[in-house]
Amino acid sequence: MEYKDYYKVMGLDKNADQDEIKRVYRKLARKYHPDVSKESNAEHKFKELGEAYEVLKDPEKRAKYDQYGQYWQHPEQQYQQQQQQSSNRHYQPGADDDQAAAFEDFINQTFRQRYRQDNASYYDKGQDIHAKMTISLEDSFNGAEKSLQLRIPEVDAYGQMDYALRTIKVKIPKGIGDTQQIRLKGQGNKGSGNQPGDLYIEINIAPHPLFRLDKKDLWLDLPISPWEATLGATVEVPTLAGVVKLKIPKLSQSGSHMRLKGKGLPGGDQMVTLQIVIPKIENEQVNKLYEEMASIAHFNPREKLGVRNDKV
Amino acid sequence: MTKYEHEETWIYLSLQEVSCSFGVTTETILDIIDEGIVTAHINEQQEMQFDAEALRSIRTTLRLHQDLGVNMAGAALALELLGEIERLRALLPRG
Repeated sequence: MEYKDYYKVMGLDKNADQDEIKRVYRKLARKYHPDVSKESNAEHKFKELGEAYEVLKDPEKRAKYDQYGQYWQHPEQQYQQQQQQSSNRHYQPGADDDQAAAFEDFINQTFRQRYRQDNASYYDKGQDIHAKMTISLEDSFNGAEKSLQLRIPEVDAYGQMDYALRTIKVKIPKGIGDTQQIRLKGQGNKGSGNQPGDLYIEINIAPHPLFRLDKKDLWLDLPISPWEATLGATVEVPTLAGVVKLKIPKLSQSGSHMRLKGKGLPGGDQMVTLQIVIPKIENEQVNKLYEEMASIAHFNPREKLGVRNDKV
Repeated sequence: MTKYEHEETWIYLSLQEVSCSFGVTTETILDIIDEGIVTAHINEQQEMQFDAEALRSIRTTLRLHQDLGVNMAGAALALELLGEIERLRALLPRG
């Protein structure tokens, strides 16, 4: 178990009273709850927060934490310090080290208890694990093989509480949708019974820079020039399967949709929303042409708003 | 490859399986249904069947209750609002 400054984790002063600790915990728990939060590392923060609160909410545990915590040192630091000390004089284990060991015992004990409570199961079958996994849109489109790392709480041979990392290979089936689930039978916790639990993985598809996913359909905003929109054109369009050609009809309006059949996730289409854009750089010649157009077209784009065209 | 032998993506679970999977009683699951948070399909044998979407909602409900002390009605509201946020966020332009 690594030393963490639980006050810092919760953004609290060392002198905070119990009521304040509870208030701050509630507030942060809502902020970082993985089901509610959109913060990138919400899950990690939420776990860290739970760990901090487990200790600080209990005045007795908190007192011990305060008492020993200051003596705790990172193993590497401790080693370095020992090296330094032994080079100066013979190293003798000081009071600080005893305190540090006592602190580690205390922390380990605290989380061992919690682990037992969490895993108390009334069922013969081992507990199921429910996990989440974020994949890219391309992974879903092409299918993929991904590794999922699970932190499984374990009590080791010395009775120390620790997390074992378990890596599981997960085959991502082609066309899996956002929030769909994969079940891996027998990959859950072992439990006391003979039958291991199952592993459920909720797949989340990360936002894509170009495409927006709606069920099996992909949506893409496609910029076109005013002349392409007016005259019609054949333009290149990116899809997940590569570039395709799309024929834009004459007099296409901004915001109108076109469908590329079968170019979405399996079973879906790619939808294209046309967006007329104008060049960002001014060009004298083009301006002249626009002026000419304005005088020829007699076009009032705001007719429906009941206002007159300035030039008319 | 034996590793993927038991892999499934389309899952229907029975009431018993769902309650066992989350380590709660069947009554809790029935309470969640009564709150209108999930709808169970009924198969030909008149048994309840829960799909992936239902599993997701049940999981969130239980977590919100366990972690934040949110009751069923509160979880139902939170789920609806989260769904709405997700829908609106999807409409935002990219980049």
